[in-house]
Amino acid sequence: MRSSLWSLIVKELLANWRDRRNRIILLISPMIQVLIFSFAATQEVKNVTLAVLDENRSVLSRELISRFEGSPQFSQVIRLQGVTDIAPTIDSRTALAVLHIGQEFSRNLSARQPAKVQLILDGRSSNAAQITQGYAVEIIDRLNAEIAQGAGLRGPPSVVVARTWFNPNSDTLWSTVPGLFAVLTTTVGMMVSALSVARERELGSFEQLLVSPLTSLEILAGKALSALLIAIAETTIIMVIAMYVLGVPMEGSMVLLYGAMIVYLLSIIGIGLFISSLSSTQQQAIIGVFMFLAPAILLSGYATPVSNMPDWLQTLTLVNPVRHFVVIAKGAFLKDLPIDVIAAHLWPLALIAAATLSAATWLFRHKTA
Amino acid sequence: MSEALVQLNRLVKRFDGMPHPAVAEITTAIMGGGITGLAGPDGAGKTTLLRLILGLLKADSGTLSVCGRDPLSEAAEVRDLVAYMPQRFGLYEDLTVIENLTLYADLRAVVGEERRAAFERLLSFTNLAPFGGRLAGALSGGMKQKLGLACALIRTPRLLLLDEPSAGVDPVSRRELWRMVRTLTDEGIGVVWSTAYLDEAERCERVLLMNDGRLIYEGSPSGLTNRMVGRSFHVRNAGEGRRGVLASAAKMPGVIDGVIQGANVRIVMAAGAAPLSAEDFKGVSQVEVTPVPPRFEDAFVNLLGSATPAVSRLAAGTRRAKPDAGPVVEAKELTRRFGSFTAADRISFSIGRGEIFGLLGPNGAGKSTTFKMLCGLLRPTSGEARVAGLDVAVQTSAARNRLGYMAQKFSLYGDLSVAQNLAFFAGVYGLAGARRRRAVERVTEAFSLQRYLNTNAGMLPAGFKQRLALCCAVMHEPPVLFLDEPTSGVDPLTRREFWAHINAFVQSGVTVMVTTHFLDEAEYCDRIALVYRARVIAAGTPDDLKDSVRTHALPDPTLEDAFIALVEADDKKVAA
Repeated sequence: MRSSLWSLIVKELLANWRDRRNRIILLISPMIQVLIFSFAATQEVKNVTLAVLDENRSVLSRELISRFEGSPQFSQVIRLQGVTDIAPTIDSRTALAVLHIGQEFSRNLSARQPAKVQLILDGRSSNAAQITQGYAVEIIDRLNAEIAQGAGLRGPPSVVVARTWFNPNSDTLWSTVPGLFAVLTTTVGMMVSALSVARERELGSFEQLLVSPLTSLEILAGKALSALLIAIAETTIIMVIAMYVLGVPMEGSMVLLYGAMIVYLLSIIGIGLFISSLSSTQQQAIIGVFMFLAPAILLSGYATPVSNMPDWLQTLTLVNPVRHFVVIAKGAFLKDLPIDVIAAHLWPLALIAAATLSAATWLFRHKTA
Repeated sequence: MSEALVQLNRLVKRFDGMPHPAVAEITTAIMGGGITGLAGPDGAGKTTLLRLILGLLKADSGTLSVCGRDPLSEAAEVRDLVAYMPQRFGLYEDLTVIENLTLYADLRAVVGEERRAAFERLLSFTNLAPFGGRLAGALSGGMKQKLGLACALIRTPRLLLLDEPSAGVDPVSRRELWRMVRTLTDEGIGVVWSTAYLDEAERCERVLLMNDGRLIYEGSPSGLTNRMVGRSFHVRNAGEGRRGVLASAAKMPGVIDGVIQGANVRIVMAAGAAPLSAEDFKGVSQVEVTPVPPRFEDAFVNLLGSATPAVSRLAAGTRRAKPDAGPVVEAKELTRRFGSFTAADRISFSIGRGEIFGLLGPNGAGKSTTFKMLCGLLRPTSGEARVAGLDVAVQTSAARNRLGYMAQKFSLYGDLSVAQNLAFFAGVYGLAGARRRRAVERVTEAFSLQRYLNTNAGMLPAGFKQRLALCCAVMHEPPVLFLDEPTSGVDPLTRREFWAHINAFVQSGVTVMVTTHFLDEAEYCDRIALVYRARVIAAGTPDDLKDSVRTHALPDPTLEDAFIALVEADDKKVAA
């Protein structure tokens, strides 16, 4: 029977490869996604437009403005003529923030009085506004410190120096790509397996396969293994892009990552085959995949931390295989996750895989005999 | 026949990548008040011609007028005058019968009193009134066609185009469909009936016979059939030897066609060939040869040339099954229930070695259910299915290894090449290494597939798809072949070629079980079981079944007559 199982795997690989549309969906789209999403799904705020209303027009105010202009985060600085310009600038989204330097600014500074500047932010994009505020505060603080030093004053007694571990330059690519890697691995494994049975049903070859001496277990094994091979091949490509094109480091052990990935993919393929056994057309299968993927990814910690969720929901996420793999993938890329931490996420994954594969087998048998 | 509804003048339509035009310089006229049969093999251009008439395609050259209008520039007017029923029902399966009708009425802007009258007329015309609330998807094939027809007739057209309306429809529904269309022509509507069944073409007033996009005959069916007078013969009393008779006839000079009809073999001679005599079969069997009147199919085969290969080279290399006495396929009280619905009710029969056994019956009667239980696709609720001595439900895998299966629809991998399909099915049946290579070589040679080895299976011409499907089913040399409506929708030439192979298999001892509602196909069977309302209502040889319904009014019943009479008799029994 070994040769017949092998024939089935070869057939599955060929069927996926020879269908041109399928080939593009499976091969090209994850590569494009990893490249586009890496740059699009970033928390970083770049290219901010800042509007400045300088009522002080002194050397110091000009110095402050030129620092904003020199900062890489603020690509454009526009000048406003009066207070009445502020509201329309924010309203029309011409600028994300307005820096308002009052008339008293340089006088107060010379008089060694606290000098205030006002920063008005567009709260409609709250996240970007918050990050922009951080940049602005940093620039102002630095000027503050220099002025104090020049005047022979002592600086503030203690200063917080932040250092970001595992990502020393706070490069957001480093934090988004490993998560994206986990999500794309999931999508590919899921799509290939979910389409496999549904495609045969839709195109009419399913019964021909069923009357062959292959048992239903062998049919499922052939489909699961070919999906596994395809998914591993693709994640390898994505990993190479991540490491050599996007420059994300791989600190952890490749062997551990691949080992964990196989267990994880089996759990995903189990779900995929379950969906496929239920669907009679490829369209239904794709809808099924979407129904699973959207919540599973939202509850995985890929975009929003699991620790921010309510307790009961956090407990629920433990049965979500994506959640475990996101931890493993981020850990493997950035911080050489120790084997015991991986193991803590691996045994739930193994249980989930056993459960989903058994469910798929049961449903497949139930629907076909 | 009144005035011409459609005028075509040197009409041409080409598709990219096709060797010849789909419609090549066709000049003809289609009249009102009668049925014009549009006949020809698969891919002859029938559907393309219908779509041109409807204005769904633009002709490359030539002129076309429909009811005096141009179907492209005056599309709106033409669509008010012409109704079309496509090959695949244009129905919404998730809507009920009434909802489908309402939708088409909305699309055709039939409202108010007019709509009420139209629904009443159509529902009584199609006998669908009791099923108004049923989902279209839950209707039988025949009822779907009737609903499709009703939807097309919401607004009474002047011209009705039917694209293979009887494909996949059982004889009872087919006869009803004919009756309905006859009523329409009596009202003066012109009908174009495209079909691959030649007995249907024979019943039309006029026939347009197409091949490779060209019109090879137009006129009355009898005009063509009359050319064949004196060339058709029945070889009678061949009995058990009839397959041998057919095989030897195929090798005789002057024979252009041969088919099995129950216990007889029907032979057609080439023009000018010496008439057939019993002397010709002296070496094979003691037979009697009688001339019979020609039929339209004889003329069709004569025009298109014979496709019957002299000998099937495939079966010649098949190993002979062990000559043991026991039945090869056995159904013992097979029963299958789906909830409260019984799809198969205590069905029993047994098939001996080297026999062709046919399961016949209307759509939804339970023949597919029985068939599926026998090849292990469906688990019986009770009873037993045995193949080659093995219980299918218990020793499933071993039993499946002994059977070859050919599905009704094309069921291979269209994106894989012919060679890859062959390699896959050989591998699945456990053939490896040198054995696989030999098996693949044997079938490619026997079916002349060499030319297509690297072609995607989905791109093959219809006849070659059929061959490839048979190849994949027999590569592991199974002693039993299961064929599920193997030649429905296949043109007569491909059908003959297919059955030549099957006959050769049977002669080498292979057992064949076939489901069909195509009665020409049933004639090839040694024995038939007629399945209706989940039970076997009649069984026997095709001639037994015909004899059982012979009356004074019907002295020479066809198998179709027998089928309908038996089903109706059963209906009466149930009603009583």
